[in-house]
Amino acid sequence: MPTDGGAVSHVTLRGIYKDYGPKRALSDVSLTLEKGQVLALLGENGAGKSTLLGVLALQIRPTRGQLLFDGQDVSELDGLWLRQNLSLLSHEPRCYSDLTARENLVFFARLYGVGGSDAARQSLVSELLARVGLSSAADRPSRTFSRGMVQRLAIARALVHRPGLLLLDEPYTGLDQEGVRLLSSLIAEERARGAIIVVISHDFEPLASLLDTAAVLRRGRLEKTQRYEPGTCSRDQLLSLYTRAAEQRAGRSA
Amino acid sequence: MSLLGQVALLLWKDVRVEWRARELIYATMLFSAIIVLLFSFSFLGGAPPTVETMSGVLWVAIALSGMLGIGRSFEREREADTLRALLLAPIDRSALYLAKLLSITLLMLLTASVVVPGLLLLFGMKVGPGSAWLYFVTLLLLGIIGFAAVAALFGASLGRARVREVLLPLLVYPLVVPALLAGARGCYGVLYGTAESMTDALRWIKFLLVFDSMAVILGLWLFEPLCAQE
Repeated sequence: MPTDGGAVSHVTLRGIYKDYGPKRALSDVSLTLEKGQVLALLGENGAGKSTLLGVLALQIRPTRGQLLFDGQDVSELDGLWLRQNLSLLSHEPRCYSDLTARENLVFFARLYGVGGSDAARQSLVSELLARVGLSSAADRPSRTFSRGMVQRLAIARALVHRPGLLLLDEPYTGLDQEGVRLLSSLIAEERARGAIIVVISHDFEPLASLLDTAAVLRRGRLEKTQRYEPGTCSRDQLLSLYTRAAEQRAGRSA
Repeated sequence: MSLLGQVALLLWKDVRVEWRARELIYATMLFSAIIVLLFSFSFLGGAPPTVETMSGVLWVAIALSGMLGIGRSFEREREADTLRALLLAPIDRSALYLAKLLSITLLMLLTASVVVPGLLLLFGMKVGPGSAWLYFVTLLLLGIIGFAAVAALFGASLGRARVREVLLPLLVYPLVVPALLAGARGCYGVLYGTAESMTDALRWIKFLLVFDSMAVILGLWLFEPLCAQE
């Protein structure tokens, strides 16, 4: 079983639908994500972005459609292998507030079989804590952390096993300017390592320079997908893509 | 990591989190002490409580305070969405179920460690010689495991259901009735202390062994489909 990220070379969503009772959250979403690709999912509140992330994270079962990892349907793949290669940073930190930052990361590292020996794991965790700027608070219970520090810990937890598919739902929430720069550099590092990254964010400024694909979701439907050369997209281009998609939709309905 | 290693890791985490917060430990122990105390007041100045009553009080206190702790324990996992983090980890879901079962069992044993001395002190409960204690402890342990096996399944699977605090006892209590009845009847047999009643207690121990095995097997079987995806 691979333990390092980059083990997934492509992920495909094929005609994904998700219904919650009479409400359709996702409608015919098809998308292919390649190794080292950073996709920004844009859309207004309730557009289905988090549902789509939940489907990719195997937490939400689509009503219809196929999710394929490296061309194979997830139902035919080993669940443990899939989960080893996935990571989701959601709205909640998913860390234990009564454990210290270090204990949280060591626990998740052990859960993911990362590090081999205890000494190696401790050193990996120390390195990760330093990368997210939490070294000085490593031995404090995370319930004493500020919102931004909790978010940094959640980011470290999401990266502890170097996933092949990294899903980030509003990762910039609560971060200060330094935290935003730090997260952007971590995303760039993960992309360089070969991880597929999907980001939901309304914070276009730091996101724009990182992505190579932007997709606009509206009412569960993928309205527009745009590719960019990495590092060439700007905040204004993202904004214009977002508003153009809205205008086109308005034009169609008129 | 082997299944046992995974169970041990998850159990270590539960115990550590519980020990740090201690809110559940204090709350359930205090609640069980209050139940025993309240029952003991109802016998003040009247006829001494019978062994049937003592056995009933024992299991009522364990069942009520145990449920209080179990509900809160799962609520804590949901507050920071850590239960989903565990479900997303590459571990056997059976390990998650077994670890929850064991941590609930430990919490309920702590409750029993308050209730039993309370009954010995306030109700004048007498358990008898060595083998009677062995029977008594076995009945307690098996009854609690049966209760925990059902509670672990539903506690985790209720997910984000809006009325889960109400649903959990509503789902668990009816299903654990056989374990509670067997525990109460078996303990009554031990406390009564005759050769015939001890044989009866042994029968209830065997019944609990069967109930626990079925509950754990069903729990292992149903945990994944109930918890895995929305």
